[in-house]
Amino acid sequence: MSKAVLTGTHFMNGDEACCEGALAAGCRFFAGYPITPATEVAECMSRRLPQVGGVFIQMEDEIASMAAILGGSWGGVKSMTSTSGPGFSLMMENIGLGVCTETPCVVCNVQRAGPSTGLPTLVGQGDMMQARWGSHGVYEIIAVAPSSPQEMFDFTIKAFNLSERFRVPVMIMADEVVGHMNERVVIPSPEAIHLVERAKPSVPPEQYLPYQAGPEGVPFMANYGDGYHMHVTGLTHDERGYPVMEVWAQEQMTQRIVGKIKNNLEHILDYDLVCMDDAEVAVVAYGISARSARGAVLAAREQGIKVGLVKLNVAWPFPEDFIRDLSGRVKAMIMPEINLGQMVLELERLSQGRCPVSLVSHPGGGIITPGRILAAVRESLKEAA
Amino acid sequence: MTPPTTAAVQPVHPQDHLLRTDRIPHIWCSGCGIGIVFGALMAAVMKSGTPLDDVAVVSGIGCTGRMAGYIKLDSFHTTHGRAIPFATGLKLARPQGKVVVASGDGDLLAIGGNHFIHAARRNMDLTIICVNNFNYGMTGGQLAPSTPFGAKTTTTPLGSPDEPFNFCALAAACGATYVARWTALHVRRLTNAITEAMNKKGFSFVEVIAPCPTAFGRRNKIRRALDLLRFYYDRSVVKNQLDPGEATIDFDHSLAVGKFLDIERPTFLDHYEMVNRGEVEAWPATGVDASAAGKRKAG
Repeated sequence: MSKAVLTGTHFMNGDEACCEGALAAGCRFFAGYPITPATEVAECMSRRLPQVGGVFIQMEDEIASMAAILGGSWGGVKSMTSTSGPGFSLMMENIGLGVCTETPCVVCNVQRAGPSTGLPTLVGQGDMMQARWGSHGVYEIIAVAPSSPQEMFDFTIKAFNLSERFRVPVMIMADEVVGHMNERVVIPSPEAIHLVERAKPSVPPEQYLPYQAGPEGVPFMANYGDGYHMHVTGLTHDERGYPVMEVWAQEQMTQRIVGKIKNNLEHILDYDLVCMDDAEVAVVAYGISARSARGAVLAAREQGIKVGLVKLNVAWPFPEDFIRDLSGRVKAMIMPEINLGQMVLELERLSQGRCPVSLVSHPGGGIITPGRILAAVRESLKEAA
Repeated sequence: MTPPTTAAVQPVHPQDHLLRTDRIPHIWCSGCGIGIVFGALMAAVMKSGTPLDDVAVVSGIGCTGRMAGYIKLDSFHTTHGRAIPFATGLKLARPQGKVVVASGDGDLLAIGGNHFIHAARRNMDLTIICVNNFNYGMTGGQLAPSTPFGAKTTTTPLGSPDEPFNFCALAAACGATYVARWTALHVRRLTNAITEAMNKKGFSFVEVIAPCPTAFGRRNKIRRALDLLRFYYDRSVVKNQLDPGEATIDFDHSLAVGKFLDIERPTFLDHYEMVNRGEVEAWPATGVDASAAGKRKAG
C-alpha cells in the first residue's frame, strides 16, 4: 500500500483527514505554527511527511509559514499551511503575494470564534469575508468549505487541484467542529484520486513569458531550477514578470488574475442540492452549519414543509447566477452561519428583493441547532403566506 | 586602403549574461553602494562555480530589494521582511540549489528580524547579503535598526535616540556559520566573502557598509558619494577572526571589517534527516533517573 495514500476506511478527526487529503494530493512541504484548533493538522503532517519523503518545518510565526509555502511551491513542491483566526490574519499579506505572483498553495483555516483571541477552543465561521477580502488590493480567491472529516479529506484534494490549475492560493475554510470531530473517513486507492499538476512551459527560455495568459487565462509556470531564470515579484508586472509602474500594467495584470477565476466558474463552482426540486424555501449553508441545515430540511420534509438545502462546497467564488435565479423561484432564502451575518450579505445582494432573506446567526462558541433553522423556515413560510 | 570595421561591434560586458539588460537603467541613485554589491554578487556567482540554473536570488522590499529584479537568474522579489522565510521554503523544496537572500538592513533586521534570528538558529543553508546603508532609502531616509545614535533621518530630525544593532554579533550569537563585514570599497574582498558564503554550508551572513548619499549622507553633512564611501572605508580596520561581539561599527575609533566567523555546524536539513533516520539520541542524552527525581520531590 502507498504510504502517502492510506487506502481504506478510517476513524479520524477532520484535521487529520485534511493532512491525509494533502498527502494524497501530493503535498510534500508543510510550514506552520501551532494554533488551536488547527494544531492537529501540523502534528499529523510532522509525523507523516518524513514517511513520504516530504519536509515539515515549524516556523517562528504564521507570517513566516505563509512565506515559506510560497517559496516551497516555487521550488516545485506542492505546499500548504494550516492555521486559525489570529494566524490567518497574520498570513494575509503573503496570501496577497501568492495571488499576485500566481503561486499554487493551500491554506487551511480551522475557524474558531473571534475577534482577536476570542474563543480558541470553540467553533466559529467569522473569517468568511476575510478569506475573500482579507488581503489588500484587487483580486479573486477560491475557498472550499468542508462540513465533515470526509470532506476535509476530499476538499483538501480539491483545493490542491484548483490551486495547481488556476495558480491561486486556495483556502480550506473549515471550523473547529469539523476539525475536531471524529468520523468515518474513506480513503480511495491512489488510482481513484484525480490529481491536477501545474502546466509547465514547453518553449525555450528566451521565448518564455512567465505571466502571459495560457489556457483558461493561467500562465505556464516554470519552477525554480527549471532553467528559465524568471523574475517573480509582488509589484505590478507585465507578461515578462518585470515590474511596470503604469496604469495599463495594473489593468492588464488585475484583469487577468481576476478573469482567470471569473471566466472559469463552471470549473470552480460546486454546490449540492438537497430536496430543492419543489422547494418553496431554500436554506443556503456551508461548513458545519450545512449539516445542521440538512437535519432541519429532512425534519421539515417529514412534516410536509417544502424546503430544500443549497450546500456550498465552494464558498468563494460565490454561485452568483444560481442564487440570483433561485431568488426568483423560492418564497424565501435562509442562511445559518456562526457569525452575525457575512455570507448572508451575498444572498441579500443577489436576491435584490425578489425574495426575503433571513439570517440564523450565532456569535460563535457553539453550533446552530437544526431546531433553530427549522423554526426560521416555519417563520419565513408564515410571513410569505 | 579600407578603414577598420571593428567599430560596429559592441563590446559585451563579461557579466552581461547575468544581468537583465532589458531592465536597465536601474532605479538606484548615482553614488549608491548597492550597484557595487550587485556587481560583487554577479562576480561571486561566477566564481562559486555553481551551475546558474541552481542559483536563486530572493529579496524583500527596499532599494536593495530590487537586486532580485536585475539579476538574470531565478529571482524572487517578495514582501517586506519576508525574504528569509520565502527562501527557506525555496531551499527546503529544492535542497540541491543555492539560495541567496539579498536585502537591506531594515528589511532583514527590523521588520524581518525575527525570521533572521530563527533562520540562523536553525542554521538554514542560506547566504544572506545585507546592504547596510544606515537608513530606509526607498521611502526617503527614515530611521533604520542600523542608524547610528544621534544621526539625523526624516523620522529622527533631531538625531536618533535609538541604539543600533550590531548585525554581525547578532548573526553569530544566533548560530550563523559564516559572518563577514566589508565596506562597498572593499570590492575584491567583498566578492571573495560572497563567494565563500555561497559555498559555505549553513547560514552565512555578509554585511556590506554602503553609502546612501541621497537619503542618509545628505542629512548628515556628508553629501558627496565619494566622501561617504571614503568616510566608511577610512574608518574601517581589518580584523579577521575578531569576536563578532566586539566587531562594533564605531565611526569615531574603529569600524571593524573582516571575516569574523567561519565554522562548521550541521544545517537544519542535516539534522532533519538524522532525526528522521532515528540517528538522534532521545533527549536528555544522559537519561532520566525517575527514582532520584521522585526522592528530590519528596524531600
